[in-house]
Amino acid sequence: MPSISQTFDSLRSSQKFQKRFSIAIRLVIAVILIVFSIFPVLWIVSASFDPSQSLATQTSLIPSNASLQNYQRLFSKDPNYKFGDLVFEKWIWNSVKISGISTILSLMITTMAAYAFSRMRFKGRVTMLKGILLIQVFPNLLALVAIYVLIFQTGEIIPRLGLNTHAGLIMVYLGGSMGMNIWLMKGFLDTIPRDIDESGMVDGASHWQIFWNLILPLLRPILVVIGILSFIGTYGDFILARILLNDVNQYTLMVGLQIFTSGQFDQKWGVFAAGALIGALPIMIIYLALQDQIVGGLTQGAVKG
Amino acid sequence: MSQAMPGKPKKRSGMTEESFLSKLTRIILLVAFDAGAVWFIQNALSKGFDQLVVVIGIIAVMFNVIFLLPQAYPLRWMAFGLGFLILFTIYPMVFTVYVAFTNYGDGHLLTKEQAIPLIEKQVFLPEGGKAYTWTAFRNEAGEYALWLINPDGETFLAKPGEEILPAKPGDPGIGEADSKGIPVSLEGYQRLNTLLAASDKDLPNIKFGLEGDQVIQIRNPSEAAELQIRFKYDPATDTVVDQSNGEIYYNVEGTFTSRTGKTISPGFRTVVGLKNFRDFLTSPALRGPLAQIVTWNFIFPTVSVLSTFALGLAIAIMFNDPEFPFKRIIRSLLIIPYTIPGLISIIIWRGLLNSEFGIINKILNDLIGTAPRWTTEPFWAQVAILLVNLWLGYPYMMLVSSGALQSIPSDIYEAAMIDGATSWQRFRRITLPLLLIAVGPLLIASYVYNFNNFNLIYLFIAGGPPIPGAATQAGYTDILISYVYKLAFESGGRGVQYGLASSISIVVFFIVGAITLFQYRFTNMWEEASENA
Repeated sequence: MPSISQTFDSLRSSQKFQKRFSIAIRLVIAVILIVFSIFPVLWIVSASFDPSQSLATQTSLIPSNASLQNYQRLFSKDPNYKFGDLVFEKWIWNSVKISGISTILSLMITTMAAYAFSRMRFKGRVTMLKGILLIQVFPNLLALVAIYVLIFQTGEIIPRLGLNTHAGLIMVYLGGSMGMNIWLMKGFLDTIPRDIDESGMVDGASHWQIFWNLILPLLRPILVVIGILSFIGTYGDFILARILLNDVNQYTLMVGLQIFTSGQFDQKWGVFAAGALIGALPIMIIYLALQDQIVGGLTQGAVKG
Repeated sequence: MSQAMPGKPKKRSGMTEESFLSKLTRIILLVAFDAGAVWFIQNALSKGFDQLVVVIGIIAVMFNVIFLLPQAYPLRWMAFGLGFLILFTIYPMVFTVYVAFTNYGDGHLLTKEQAIPLIEKQVFLPEGGKAYTWTAFRNEAGEYALWLINPDGETFLAKPGEEILPAKPGDPGIGEADSKGIPVSLEGYQRLNTLLAASDKDLPNIKFGLEGDQVIQIRNPSEAAELQIRFKYDPATDTVVDQSNGEIYYNVEGTFTSRTGKTISPGFRTVVGLKNFRDFLTSPALRGPLAQIVTWNFIFPTVSVLSTFALGLAIAIMFNDPEFPFKRIIRSLLIIPYTIPGLISIIIWRGLLNSEFGIINKILNDLIGTAPRWTTEPFWAQVAILLVNLWLGYPYMMLVSSGALQSIPSDIYEAAMIDGATSWQRFRRITLPLLLIAVGPLLIASYVYNFNNFNLIYLFIAGGPPIPGAATQAGYTDILISYVYKLAFESGGRGVQYGLASSISIVVFFIVGAITLFQYRFTNMWEEASENA
């Protein structure tokens, strides 16, 4: 029965054609969206290699006489260029130092607290868990004045923890470590079977030994995700660093980049572009390399800072 | 400890087995901590940081309870977290609430105890009373000295910042007396003749003598007089009396004010009740900009969440096809906006959207011959902010939507297809409701995040363009939180207003709190907490 099989074939090929057509259209849309998504990045890459360095003179995506001049200026290697208070290397180091230390300390606080919440039963446990969530409703940002005064007063007594110190800023960041992440971590810990703990207890291990030797190694994957998100969040923080640090040598990278916008921003465009790229690239690479793990964390409620 | 572990004998694990050594370290560390806390509290007390004393005291007591009582063993696992939480989250909250009911701000930065001595230090030059005749001397550095003779004929030498001492012509460093008994010279100084001294502009403003001891100022060409304390505080009536004219100043909301409306600076911190909240709602100077700010503060997150979600979801649906080519690379390229630290992206966009030199406006001018002025026209500034936020926010929505889409079982769609549902019906009746269950809480979280999205608003054009005639710095793209920041840290010569800023913070807190509590109900987080208890 040729007629039936013919119609069937033509139906199939038209379906196939439809499918191809739909994919082609979606690919075109994808290209438009990709242009929207990466154009600002390409433009800033171009600006960073454009030696004319002003916003007004950058007219094409491929600079006519590309050079590394902006990067040399950024690291003060260009004797003919002077831009006020530029200490870019220091800002990078400050940012890495502050984010690194706060991330490690806050991971320790989070993990230990989550372990207690998951494995021990004590009075007020549920109240505390709920309280931790409730307190997060009051964003740090709203208490800026109070935090400023608090750090100022602390500095009057212990100058190394006061305004314009990294230790003071790290302490403020740690104040936020008893938060949402405890819930995430506790959720993960709840999925680890208790048999592991009990086998340890039978052998006479203390809570600390069980935590350190048996549980902690199993937490590696979630520790990596929370750690990276928290590092990126601290690295990208602007406002707390802005009000607590007031010496150019103490600035973090974000505060440093922000001062480019004061005054004649369009004249500093090229150097800013170079600095912005150096500041953004490591984070972009981390994200793109670990996108699957990070997406997993996102759907569970982790928030980028 | 392990009471809730079913089927296990109740065993105080970790506690009874604690070795002597570990107990000893615990006690030693606790004693060291206590010593540090006591030292800190003593210092804080001596500097008058009363609130800090209280909060550190609370934390110290908490630590001692936690590390001494065996029942508190689980809390030892979170002692440091709790300490930081109390110090840097809870205490600032309480402090903010307190400040919201005070007049804390420029002109009222000091406590009353600090302000009164400053007020009582102020002096005035009495019109009458004990006077000296004076002769001025000047050295090459332009510093002055005065030779003073009081009505009893006693003579003194006065220099600024030095104690006024009796002196006689012929003393070491002092020249011989002339016919009037005034030394002709001082070592290092040149005597000024009467005419020169009378026309000297600096001389009448110089305070001779040691502050707090005895200060003399020139009253007129022939007389100098001792400055007298101007204000006297009376604790019984809480008033200040002006010694120069007897006028009484009453304590009005932290400023000593006379019946005629004159005030004494500095003012001091005091509780003013609901004044800040009243100002917030009723002050005509504030109301205009505030109505604008509040309206925009609701429009901005609403439009942002809807636009980013719409675009993110559209992309997720479009590429939710396992056979789609280049799927992974497309996704990687599309999430790029999300991977750049927000501050950097915002500043880049600020350059791209520059009205004069930005590339966007260059392209628009070439294509359609005109371009909006993104930074100076209120409407276009708001559009620009929404556009930038769309760019910043759609990748997140795309990621969470595509995650949620994959969790919708495909047999529901098959059943719907058999029933003849169109693709719009399938989206409207199946995809969207199921998706909203999964991403609904995230949408609310995103709303809350954008409600307080300080970085975008502030870094883009600092809330501008400015609203003309506003009593405080306020712009057309300002939201409450950026307005709070400006009030507290960027007064622009109008004086910082911590009290008002804090009261607005509290209003924001109630709005955000209500939305968040709604979100928690949505996600059943409370129930989850109770179930695992």
